[in-house]
Amino acid sequence: MNTDIQVSPQEMFTETPIDRQKRRIEGIMRVFLLVITSMMILPLLLIIGYLLYKALPVLSFEFLFTNPKDNMRAGGLWAPFLGTIYLVVVSLLVSAPIGVFAAVYLNEYARENWFTRITNLAVVNLAGVPSIVHALFGVGAFVLFAGLGESILAASLTLAIMTLPVIIASTTEALKAVPMSFREACWNLGATRWQTIRRIVLPNSISGILTGVILQVSRAAGETAPIMFTGAVFYKAIAEGNLFAYNIMEQCMALSLHLFTISTQVPDVTEGIPYGTAIVLVATVLLVNAASIALRVYLRTRKKW
Amino acid sequence: MNTNSDRRSHTAPIIEINDLTVRYGDKPALNGISFDVYKNEILGIIGPAQSGKTTLLKVINRTLEFTAGTTVEGSVKLDGVDVNTVGDVYGLRRKIGMVLPLPVGLPLSIYDNVAFAPRTAGVRAKSELDEIVERCLQQAALWDEVKDRLNTLGTKLSGGQQQRLTIARALSHQPEILCLDEFSIAVDPITTMRIEDVLKELRAEMTILLVTNLVQQAKRLANRTAFMLNGDLVEIDTTDVIFSDSPGSQATYDYVNGTFG
Repeated sequence: MNTDIQVSPQEMFTETPIDRQKRRIEGIMRVFLLVITSMMILPLLLIIGYLLYKALPVLSFEFLFTNPKDNMRAGGLWAPFLGTIYLVVVSLLVSAPIGVFAAVYLNEYARENWFTRITNLAVVNLAGVPSIVHALFGVGAFVLFAGLGESILAASLTLAIMTLPVIIASTTEALKAVPMSFREACWNLGATRWQTIRRIVLPNSISGILTGVILQVSRAAGETAPIMFTGAVFYKAIAEGNLFAYNIMEQCMALSLHLFTISTQVPDVTEGIPYGTAIVLVATVLLVNAASIALRVYLRTRKKW
Repeated sequence: MNTNSDRRSHTAPIIEINDLTVRYGDKPALNGISFDVYKNEILGIIGPAQSGKTTLLKVINRTLEFTAGTTVEGSVKLDGVDVNTVGDVYGLRRKIGMVLPLPVGLPLSIYDNVAFAPRTAGVRAKSELDEIVERCLQQAALWDEVKDRLNTLGTKLSGGQQQRLTIARALSHQPEILCLDEFSIAVDPITTMRIEDVLKELRAEMTILLVTNLVQQAKRLANRTAFMLNGDLVEIDTTDVIFSDSPGSQATYDYVNGTFG
C-alpha cells in the first residue's frame, strides 16, 4: 500500500483536461467514420432507386420473357438474359472445379519451392490482368487456335480464365481458415493427406469455398469486354420460354453487352428499356450475392469449433 | 526402488535412437543424441523450451516431414526397423499414439473422433468400431461422462474432456508406443491427476514417452527420465537418480530443483 499520496474517490474520477480532449476526439471520430460509411451506402441506394423509378414503366414478366423487337427499340430481354445465364454457368462449371482443385494442391500438398512460387505469382498476376487483355487472349486461344469460333463456349472459357485466379485465392483463404492442428491430429492418426482433406479440411471449408465461387457469378455476369469478341453478339433471336434455346457452340446475346448496345448504338429506344436492362442485371447479381450470404449464414450456424 | 523391474525391461529396447541430428534450415534442433527406450516403461523427457523434445517425437512418427526445410541425420529404429525405411509410413504412425500439448477435438462427433483412425485404416464393421470406441473412451476415463452423447461434437467438450478424447483417439489404433507432449498444459489439475492414473494403467500394455514441463510429473510417473537442453541429451537415467541429490550432471540438478540458469 502506498500511503504517501492520499487521493479521495471524488478526485480520482474527476475529468482532467486530457480526459476531456480524448472524449471529444472519440466523438468526432465516431461521427466521421459513420458519415464515410453512409457515403458508401447512399450512392448504391440512389442508383437502384433511380433505375427502378425510370424502369418501372417497362418492368413486367413479359419484359423478362420476350425477345427484343423492332431492331431492339422495344420488346424484352429474354435472349440476353438467358445468354448471360449460359455464359456464367458454363464458365463456372469450368473455373470452379479447376480453381478449387488447384487451390487444394497449392495449399495442402505443394512444398515451398520454385514451382509453387511461380504458380502463386502467376495466380496473383492473372487476377490483376485487365479484362480486355483476357478478351484478346480468348480470341487467340479459344476462338482461333482451338477453333471454337465465336461461341458461348469460347466466351465462357475466356470468363473462366478471368475468374480462375480469384477462385483460387478465395479457396486458399477458406482452406487456411481450417486450423493446422486438425491436420496434424489426422496425420498423427495415420491418415494420408487426401483422407485428411476429404474428411476434415473440405467439409469444414466448403462454405467459404462456395461463397468465393458464387461471388464470381456477379463478376462473370457483369463483364462486357471478355465476351464481346469471343461469343456475344448484338442481336440474336431465340425461342422464347425455352431454357435450352442456345447451343453452346453458337453465339449468344448477353445483358451487359445488350445494355451497352441499346444505350449507345441504337437510336430511339423506348425510354425505360435501358434502365430495365440495368435493373435486371443488378437484381440478378444482388440475388446471387444474397444467396451466397444466406448460404454462409446457414453454414455458420453449423460451425463445429 | 524398482531397479529390479527396470533391469529386466532393459533387455528389450523398442526404440533405438542413434546419433540423431535434426536441423530446421541452418538452425540445429537436435545435436546427435542417442538413447534407447525399453518396452513397457514410462520414459519422462524433461527440459526447457527449445530443447528439442517435440522435434524428437516428430522424428519418431515421421510427421516432421510435414515441416518444410528440415534435415534428419542418424537413425531411429522402432522394433529394430529404421523408421525412414518403412514402406508404410501410415502404418508406422498408427503404431505410435500421439497426444499434443493443446487438446484437439476434430470437428466430428465424439464417436467419429475415436473411430477416425480405425476407419482410415480400413475398419468398416459397425460392431467392431463400437467396441473400439467404448474400449478407448473407457481407457481414457471419459466413457462415463460421454456415453449418452456420443453423437455430439467433440469440439464442444471442455478442455480437459477434449484432452482425454485426444488420448482415447491416440489409443484407437492400438499403438505400441504412446507419446504425450506436455499433455497437461491446458488441463486442470484434477483432470491431470486422472490422466496420470490412466497412464499408470496403460504402462502394462504399452511404452509411454512422456514429454513434460512439470518435472514433478516425470518424478511421479516415469521409470526413467531424460533431461534435454538446447538439442543435447544431457543425461538419461532412472528417475530416482535424476531426482537424487547427485545426478550425473550439475545442469540436471539445477533444472530439477528449479535453480536453473
